Amino acid sequence: MNPIPSVLQVLLVVTVAPSVSWWIKKIKASSQNRVGPTLLQVYSDLGKLFRKGMVISNQASWIFHVMPYILFSAVLVAASMVPIFFKGSLLGFSGDAILFVYLLVLGRFFMALAALDTGTTFGGMGSSREMTLSSLAEPALLLSFFALAYHAGTLSIEGMVSHFGSQSPLQILFFGSLAFGAMLIITLAESGRIPIDNPATHLELTMIHEAMILEYSGRYLALIEWGHQIKQFLFLSLLVNIFFPWGLAEPGAGAALFLGSLFFLIKIFSLAFVIGWIEVHTAKLRLFRVPDLLAIAFVLAVVSLLGQLMIGQ
Amino acid sequence: MELFFILQLAFYVLGGVFSLFASAEKENLSRATHLLAGIAGGCGMVYSLAVLFGAPQVSYLFPAGLPLLGSLEFVVDPLSAFFVFLISFLSLATSIFAIGYTRTSQLQKGVPLLGFLYNFFILTMVLVVTVRNIFYFLIFWELMSIASYFLVVHKHERPEARRAGFIYFVMTHIGTAFITSAFILLFVNTGSFQFDPLSAHAPLLSPAWKNGIFLCALIGFGAKAGMIPLHIWLPEAHPQAPSHVSALMSGVMIKTAIYGLLRFLFLFLGKPFAWWGSAILIFAIFSTLFGVLYALMEQDLKKLLAFSSIENIGIILLGIGMAVFFSATNQPVLASFAVVAALYHVMNHAAFKGLLFLSAGAVLSQTHTGNMENLGGLIKKMPWTAFCFLVSAAAISALPPLNGFVSEWLTFVSLLMGFKSESVGIRFFAPILASLLAFASALVATCFVKAFGIIFLGTPRSKCVSESREVDFSMKLGMGMLAACCVLFALLAPVIISLLGKVAQQFFGSEVLSQHFVRKAFLIDPAGLSQFAPSWAFIAIVVVVLCILIATRVFLGKGTIRIGPSWDCGVKALSPHMQYTATGFSKPLRRIFSFLYQPTRRVEVEDEGHEILRTARRFESKVHPFFEETFYRPLSKWIGIVSQKVKAIQTGHIQLYLSYIFVTLVLLLIFLRLSR
Repeated sequence: MNPIPSVLQVLLVVTVAPSVSWWIKKIKASSQNRVGPTLLQVYSDLGKLFRKGMVISNQASWIFHVMPYILFSAVLVAASMVPIFFKGSLLGFSGDAILFVYLLVLGRFFMALAALDTGTTFGGMGSSREMTLSSLAEPALLLSFFALAYHAGTLSIEGMVSHFGSQSPLQILFFGSLAFGAMLIITLAESGRIPIDNPATHLELTMIHEAMILEYSGRYLALIEWGHQIKQFLFLSLLVNIFFPWGLAEPGAGAALFLGSLFFLIKIFSLAFVIGWIEVHTAKLRLFRVPDLLAIAFVLAVVSLLGQLMIGQ
Repeated sequence: MELFFILQLAFYVLGGVFSLFASAEKENLSRATHLLAGIAGGCGMVYSLAVLFGAPQVSYLFPAGLPLLGSLEFVVDPLSAFFVFLISFLSLATSIFAIGYTRTSQLQKGVPLLGFLYNFFILTMVLVVTVRNIFYFLIFWELMSIASYFLVVHKHERPEARRAGFIYFVMTHIGTAFITSAFILLFVNTGSFQFDPLSAHAPLLSPAWKNGIFLCALIGFGAKAGMIPLHIWLPEAHPQAPSHVSALMSGVMIKTAIYGLLRFLFLFLGKPFAWWGSAILIFAIFSTLFGVLYALMEQDLKKLLAFSSIENIGIILLGIGMAVFFSATNQPVLASFAVVAALYHVMNHAAFKGLLFLSAGAVLSQTHTGNMENLGGLIKKMPWTAFCFLVSAAAISALPPLNGFVSEWLTFVSLLMGFKSESVGIRFFAPILASLLAFASALVATCFVKAFGIIFLGTPRSKCVSESREVDFSMKLGMGMLAACCVLFALLAPVIISLLGKVAQQFFGSEVLSQHFVRKAFLIDPAGLSQFAPSWAFIAIVVVVLCILIATRVFLGKGTIRIGPSWDCGVKALSPHMQYTATGFSKPLRRIFSFLYQPTRRVEVEDEGHEILRTARRFESKVHPFFEETFYRPLSKWIGIVSQKVKAIQTGHIQLYLSYIFVTLVLLLIFLRLSR
């Protein structure tokens, strides 16, 4: 473990995460012939929320108050387990992909509870939908991890990234790409993007994520939004680092770290472009069509596992 | 250490007898009885922990016994010690809880009998897991079933309690019949009633015998454990018992079946066959998935918890199934890792399910209803109960850094170690099973978000809530102990695993070392797939939460907070009935899995000629009870038909019956003569 670059990685995640959201917004805006927000806008939005006072429901219990902190910390601990620009991470040694997934579940669990806390219909609606869809997404996500773990011989995220980084990808290109497809769908679901959820709407009967946080304001809302952006960023960095591990620095190299982070930024913004492109070109799915999409992700993961079993380790 | 064993038994006897015969006041009586049970639990923890930490095994030969059947011997080896520990620590907590709980208005009458049966029930469980003789094992097993039966029908004036008791009685006896046959088959081979010769004789068993015995044991113990499809008694019986008893039934009674199964699989039957592992895995995954899917559809809190017990038995069996598989393919280290995973989950489930049932009891004692649709907002009335329920809900949903996640992680890794198997089938299906386990545990999270959210959060949905207040000190203490266990069992994972390693050593020999599973604070797996440090995860989460709290406080100050009503879309009248209900919460899943649930709904509206003057409205929503309708209804119908046929020879004339006996006797004599 190299402490300084590892901490830098976490800082990079935390600071760059909002700009990926900006980038996707910008792509959508330009496709609609709008100018879209400037890069500073997303940061100043967060800053403004942090400085503002809060209005809190008189029905709220302590669950409502602790949720933003638990959510943000769970995401942050998860972030410190993912290699970003070099093949290592701050807390990668303390757990594996399973811990990573369940840390995100921890945040979601409390978010769904806080949604029920204020006794509104919207909260219950969002909570019920979020938990339902995430229960369908989770097996597909873990199974794609397992399929990759079979080839890499390890469940740790660090281990997988460095395994695929040192391997010629051609051998498992096809089956690996199936796992990539599965994880891409899960990324869309977990970060609440079209076609599963629409992050741009409020007070619509189709919303999921936004319905849960409707009662939040001020710094709590800022923590939730920021945590959500970091989560989306993490999924994207997992995708680029596992499936396109080129340019990742070895632990300890000085100048290579700079190059590595440059490479990483290029990769992640191109992947974010793909997400934006999907968002521009698809309509939101009806709620009860989403399970079909998630089932496709699961089947892709199964086929990927099967294929890798046939090829062998 | 023998002293503590005898003391434990003596305290249970004392507590039970005292409860029946003492003429003390009701309050003091319940206090004394349950304190005695609690002390007995403490004694049990002393010697069981001593054995697990490496003291010589405790053995005690009861000086009297029945002739011909062998001696009544008790031995506490590591496996027994583990289960004694479970029973003792959970019964310690439930006994403290029961001091307050039996005084609440719900359980005013029948307290002396309840106290007697409670002590007797725990006593029989301890005897079941320590006795070393087939015959006495069966006697104690039967006594345990009967004690729990009477506890289930404690509120016998309610028809549903009697019905639940009946189903429980029938199912548990079907199970006992199969267990008895398994033991008789073993006895026929060895000619001894003691356990030790059975283990020694194991390598000589022929494959056909072994398969037969395995099937009998799996069905028999499976029925007691609540393995699907033999589970139908569990969601009926557990909710009917008083809550501290339900905690014991779900927490440890169904685990005695796991104890029996482990003894059969790894000690009595010698080396298992690979297909046993596959068979167990199939039952396990069905129990896991269907258990939680049906739990999701429940509106009754205790029924929901009972269904979730089925799910957890499934998770435990997943570990056991993999262990059998690895043991059959000569991979003892991997097998013992899977056994450790299963045992760890047994222990964790005792802690969090015990706590869930206790807090359900606390809710019931105050609100007098288990129907979630009538609850809501209890977190403000009962903060301590709510906190305990939240801890156990988080633990059962396998959220890090609590104990549920540790054992679930172990189970995941045990399944993924299937990668190291020779068989292609297991290499493919083991990760699929692991992903189905992930599915189930995500559904559990959904289920407990629903349970906690609907019961404790939001606004009260009926008057039941407004009159409730926090429970008394002993109940809080009982729950608090288990909540602390949920955290401790995660933090102490390396220690616990090395202790469980001793149980695995008993099964797979001394080549299994705890170094294979634990390195300092890390849990590692022998296949080298992964590592995980529960204490690091715990510290990381706590530290980060604190840092962010402090950072926001330091950089942003206290901030202004205005309190206002929840957003009501401008209608100005948010009523509690506008909140999501438990039924509504699970509606998306009911729709997605409608092929399984086959939900039906009925809406009745009565009006007096005018559509706006409605006098009554009724809504009914049901899911199709698949196993009851598909297996059990035809079965009971068939049994009815057969009984009608059999009636032909039951005329009621005593002469005829005498001649039946005579004919049987003659036939037996002929058989005896021929078989010589």
